[in-house]
Amino acid sequence: MKTEINESKIFKVSRRDFLKSTSMSMSGLLLGLSFSCSDTSKKLTGNPAFTFSPGLFISLNGNGDVTLIAHRSEMGTGIRTSLPLVMADEMEADWNRVKVVQAVGDEKYGDQNTDGSYSVRMFFTPLRKAGATVRLLLEQAAAKEWGVDVSECKAQNHEVVHTSGKSLGFGYLAEKAAALPIPEESSVTLKSPKDFKYISKQSSIVDLKDIVTGKAKFGLDSNHLPNTKIAVIKRNPEPGAGLKSFKADKAMEVPGVIKIFTLDPPGFPTTLTKPLGGVVVVAENTWAALEGRKALEVTWNKGTNADYDSHTYNHDMLQRAKTKGKVRRENGQVDSALKNAKKVIEADYIVPLLSHAPMETPCALAHVHDNVCEVWAPVQDPQGARKALAGALGMDIKAVTVNITLLGGAFGRKSKPDFVVEAALISKTMGTPVKILWTREDDIQHDFYHFPAAQHLKVGLDENNKVTSWLHRSVFPPIDGTSDAKAKEASGAELSMGMIDLPYAIENVCCETQEATVKTRIGWLRSVANIHHAYAVGCTLDEVAQARGVDAIQNTLDLLGSDRSIDFNSLTSEFWNYSEKLEEFPWSTARFRTVIETAREKSNWGKTLPKGSGQGFAAHRSFLTYVACVVEVAIDANNKIRIPKVDYVVDCGIPVNPERIKAQFEGGAAFAASLALKSEITVAKGAVQQSNFHNYLVGRMSDSPYETAVHIIESNDRPTGVGEPPVPPFIPALCNAIFAATGKRIRQLPVRLA
Amino acid sequence: MATYQLIVNGENREVEAVPNTPLLWVLRDNLSLTGTKYGCGMAQCGACTVHLDGTPVRSCSTPVSTIGNKKVTTIEGISSGEEVHPVQQAWMDENVPQCGYCQAGQIMSAVALLKKNPAPNDHDIETAMSGNICRCGTYERIRKAIKRASNTSAK
Repeated sequence: MKTEINESKIFKVSRRDFLKSTSMSMSGLLLGLSFSCSDTSKKLTGNPAFTFSPGLFISLNGNGDVTLIAHRSEMGTGIRTSLPLVMADEMEADWNRVKVVQAVGDEKYGDQNTDGSYSVRMFFTPLRKAGATVRLLLEQAAAKEWGVDVSECKAQNHEVVHTSGKSLGFGYLAEKAAALPIPEESSVTLKSPKDFKYISKQSSIVDLKDIVTGKAKFGLDSNHLPNTKIAVIKRNPEPGAGLKSFKADKAMEVPGVIKIFTLDPPGFPTTLTKPLGGVVVVAENTWAALEGRKALEVTWNKGTNADYDSHTYNHDMLQRAKTKGKVRRENGQVDSALKNAKKVIEADYIVPLLSHAPMETPCALAHVHDNVCEVWAPVQDPQGARKALAGALGMDIKAVTVNITLLGGAFGRKSKPDFVVEAALISKTMGTPVKILWTREDDIQHDFYHFPAAQHLKVGLDENNKVTSWLHRSVFPPIDGTSDAKAKEASGAELSMGMIDLPYAIENVCCETQEATVKTRIGWLRSVANIHHAYAVGCTLDEVAQARGVDAIQNTLDLLGSDRSIDFNSLTSEFWNYSEKLEEFPWSTARFRTVIETAREKSNWGKTLPKGSGQGFAAHRSFLTYVACVVEVAIDANNKIRIPKVDYVVDCGIPVNPERIKAQFEGGAAFAASLALKSEITVAKGAVQQSNFHNYLVGRMSDSPYETAVHIIESNDRPTGVGEPPVPPFIPALCNAIFAATGKRIRQLPVRLA
Repeated sequence: MATYQLIVNGENREVEAVPNTPLLWVLRDNLSLTGTKYGCGMAQCGACTVHLDGTPVRSCSTPVSTIGNKKVTTIEGISSGEEVHPVQQAWMDENVPQCGYCQAGQIMSAVALLKKNPAPNDHDIETAMSGNICRCGTYERIRKAIKRASNTSAK
């Protein structure tokens, strides 16, 4: 799923390469020509036509303007700001002199697949080193200029200062620094965290003003190519099944419609990259394309999933969850322990298919001409998109350029390039630039859905109310099944998202799965299998606490046991630590305990609440980040659930951008509340029954937490991601709060109280 | 096709469009005003919110033929140059946006609310903003930003 960590290679690239790599024109870098400092004796600037690019990510010109490359996709996490901040901090650049430029999709940047909450984790140290190398080069250049030892020179705030007090500007030093050899990595020292200027400090995102003034460019806003046509596609409601026949006469009569043709279906399973095929309508403008599509008469083929009914399917999964499955983790003897238990808690959980529904639907502008392909698209995985485009067009990958726009939300949907490939194939046919629009109906009905899941849990207590056994069965169609018809069993990675990574010190543990066949397109949704596993585990723990007669937080701490690093590799051969070695990112029960204890304190846990209100708790480690969550609900006579307060405690190592960490947790709470309280995709006769926000419900202001307090644990541990970790513990904490308020256990999502 | 004389952000603009074309696509396709966003096409999400004579409407469900002389204001029209509208400033002060896609619509709804009700309470805000969806979940900060803008304009 991921490539290994790509330690930064600090090397020089020519200006030409730098320019090429960022699609930036010369004039872009030379815009600052008129810049000069009134105090010329300070020598702030140098040759304005010179640009120093000591690596792929940083460039400094003679005016002192710094350009930093954002190579990860911006979909709302703030990564386009956070990683450049890291470089600027280490190189002692003045943030006001920094311009951030989005990289195109290219392997030379290392991993660009913006998913899995690992951007900061993977690139924090390499980008610090890149920044620190430039800092050292500038210090060396100043030392040479002054004829002093480099130890007497210190870069600070865009200039290098000598111990005597004299200074030289970064711009002045740029050309001189470029003439020096790149220093050995061993001679580069990183800043001490106490000297951080931007890391761990408050900061606004670089696109803030453009966003609030409507100037920010998202995928659908790409309108710079003359003669761009607009395309929409009518797709078979059953994914992968083809077309029987269509009549285009009426559609062609719609003013503005230019051409109607078909794209082949991928068959089933569809794969994660291929377009769904269908009937393409190309028009001069968006409305003509939509009206043309409305006028199409289409008869679809039926495929292998024409009888898919999600209600029957989910019920069937649950029945199988109640029988012995394939063992994925086994410690001790669960069967006999359950037999000998004095009390057994048994619960089933169902989570439906869910759609991502980012506010910006999939879209892309493509121009295929003269054996090259250029696209502008909101993609999470630009290199994957580039590869898929090259494959679909039969082109050399070097002939394909993927420009990444801002993403109007993604949540995993835009890690798949199917919509970009559609635009390119249509552009190729048309011979003009083509922009594809997915309407909300297209988006809701043809998503890569979050998998439906059924789970069965059984927990045994002995006569002293000690938990002796834990049986967890999880049944859901694996994401691999979207590409491979033979993949019917959840992968170890999927199970390590909240199931086989159970951290509690219980003597007898058994985790089992059953096969489940993929019947539609299944894909990653924010926090993936953690959603259903954390829900079931977190709610079951609350039932265990109740059965033991112990407070829910105390119960979790009791089960956690002594402080230790859990050697999961000895507990199950299938454990996956989010592609990191356990030695480097251990599973620390001490860190888990700290977030839990802090949540108890900060949330005023156990406070007296009026009737109809309640607090609920859950904690979960996902994507190597430790999170505890307390949710307070208030439920009125009409069963309207409100969330007056959420308390999160997060340990994500060094908090690189605390302001955006808080934003991710506030948003994660709202996203999780939306999933738990509102959303459900159902399928009948192979077709999704929902189509837009009137029947695929999502959280609005009144459904979302009124106040989310985010408490960040101070840490010098290596930073880990925060995009996904807010979601998993929120849902069980919410459901446990609903139980506290109403006495009703929530065993199926979305929550239905009536 | 028909020709329409529209007043958009204070300027007279002539556009050619079929009469039932939603204002949204006229703004985006004909006038290149891409700040107004498509989100659902059926007045469910508010991403396309603009003002007609100061009243918020969903441009995705407003045919161009119904505009007439009403003044159209989009996100691009509430501020000019480096200056931003107090509501936009409040949005920046509270660091509201995440992905940012829905925020133009949110801001347009908020501007209209504050014009009608300069000191809205929580209930007023929730009601006025109930038609605007944000999938990133910035609702808390939207509420705070509206209150901040309300306080600023009261001073």
